Amino acid sequence: MSFGPHLLLAMLEGLVSAAVLALTALGLSLVFGVMRVVNVAHGEFFMIGAVVAWAVANALGGDPLIGFIAALVVAPLAVGAIALLAERLVLRRLDYNPEATIVATIGLLYLLQQAALTFYGPEARAVAAPFSYRLQLPWFGYSGYKLFVIGASATLLVATWLVLTRTRIGLVMRATQYDRETAQAFAIPVDRVYAGVFVLGAMLAAMAAVLIVPIQQAHYLMGLDPLLLSFIVVIIGGLGSLRGTVVAALIIGLSDGVISMFFSPTLAKMIATAAVAMVLVFRPQGLFGSTPR
Amino acid sequence: MKRPLLVILLHLAVIALLLAANYVLPAYHRDVLSRALVLAVFAMGYNLLMGYTGLLSLGHAMYFAAGLYGAGMTMLHLGWSTPAAFGAGVATGVVLALVTGVLALRTTGVAFMIVTMMFAQVFYLATLYFSEWTRGDEGIVLPQPARIFDMGGFHFDPTNALTRYAIAAGLFSLVLLLTLALARSGFGRVMVAIRENEERTRMLGYNVFARKLIVVMISGAVSAAAGAAYALLFGYVGSTFASVQYSILPLLWVLIGGAATTLGPLIGTVAMTYLVDYSSSALARALPDWNISYLGVVGIALIVVVLFFPKGILGTIRERWAKWLP
Repeated sequence: MSFGPHLLLAMLEGLVSAAVLALTALGLSLVFGVMRVVNVAHGEFFMIGAVVAWAVANALGGDPLIGFIAALVVAPLAVGAIALLAERLVLRRLDYNPEATIVATIGLLYLLQQAALTFYGPEARAVAAPFSYRLQLPWFGYSGYKLFVIGASATLLVATWLVLTRTRIGLVMRATQYDRETAQAFAIPVDRVYAGVFVLGAMLAAMAAVLIVPIQQAHYLMGLDPLLLSFIVVIIGGLGSLRGTVVAALIIGLSDGVISMFFSPTLAKMIATAAVAMVLVFRPQGLFGSTPR
Repeated sequence: MKRPLLVILLHLAVIALLLAANYVLPAYHRDVLSRALVLAVFAMGYNLLMGYTGLLSLGHAMYFAAGLYGAGMTMLHLGWSTPAAFGAGVATGVVLALVTGVLALRTTGVAFMIVTMMFAQVFYLATLYFSEWTRGDEGIVLPQPARIFDMGGFHFDPTNALTRYAIAAGLFSLVLLLTLALARSGFGRVMVAIRENEERTRMLGYNVFARKLIVVMISGAVSAAAGAAYALLFGYVGSTFASVQYSILPLLWVLIGGAATTLGPLIGTVAMTYLVDYSSSALARALPDWNISYLGVVGIALIVVVLFFPKGILGTIRERWAKWLP
């Protein structure tokens, strides 16, 4: 295969990871933007989503399409329930103190990993793709499912954007993000908005995981990479900015795909991580964000 | 900080107790405790930054690993003796702390935590990427004869359990006294002032950035000393020690023992070591199919501490009964 098609393949792979990354990072970004909580357990919500997707597909058996659709419903609900419990039992009691919540979500991270290890086991397991269509390009065949992942993720992103900008729920969320106390003075139930945002963020991660699990196997330690990459995306994109998150996910996903194909994946991660630390040091509002109030 | 005589006597008593324990303890506990003492040094280094100065770093594994690799690589590839390798480890930690400190201290709060975490991640990935020299995940085993050394007319063999414990306890005592001296000095009070109100400290005319940088370097040096000692005493250097887990553990130990207390890191490290040790084996026996590992125990400990004992064991004792504890 010559350089051109090779690059195209790398970019397609990058686009798939960018699509999933954008969804995951959006969840992290919403939680940080509205609640000012750095959720270190976000990657574990992703991992639990993948594990539940495997469990659902395994329990139903038969046609992988039915299992996939069921997982797309069940996994976000299950992860959302866990997130709700964590929010009510832990985060709220800490009064959303930034440092205490980081420590608590680290604890949650370990706890969820232990739960996955206990109930799912240390093995990595694959889920069958819902359909096995292959798109034949002149140079290579490409999995139709991967293209579907890009489309599905884009649809979910647009849906989230519509909810945030066009509905009353979105308005209430943005008001809380902008000024918590004034929002409360206008009778917005800030407390319930926080719970809702935390659950929504976790569900976005779970949906991203259901999409990725036919491509990448489910494993109890799979959450660390999406967590770090989401941090990177959220920082580069600027906190709480949906447009910035999507653009940054594209940059990171594509460059990760291209660098990993031509160089070493470890080197790609090293460069991305160091670059992002520098962005945070010299331009804390992110490349696309505006200065915080 | 009242009752200076009582404070000094208490610390000397703790040191005497630890040194004497060498001759009383059964072999298994001596080994566990030598490891815990070295890790307690790491926790004390972390405590200087997080407890006293209020800078919560999530990347201290890189300083520990800098000491570990600084000592291990110079010994393995350059054939340096144990004292020289130890010095190289500490120096690596100080230099790394200077570079990362200058950059990371431009940020505050949550951004500081994330930046330090990312620097540590880069360091961890580097230990994997340069596996030609570091042997990545697999790690390096330092040969026993290379670790034996002579100093001040004495012959030291770190592979001997008694000597190993004595060196670990000696290093711990030294760092404990250093922490105590620092906490009681004028510099230590400025550290606490920065934690309590950075703006006001700056207003009083202190160069806050320079002071924070010095604390990062001291903390990095102490953590690297722990890392170097770990490599030389136990003879193993591996990239696991650079992973996120080893940035979280000192945070846990300090929080459990009590942040900004001199003896808290010791209590936290020893308590957690034995808790993980006993509970994992007890739980594994009670629930054989549950794959219980340190993950669950550490997770629950973190959440319980942050919810119910935010001041840790010694912090609570100080608040309720012994206001004089440093």
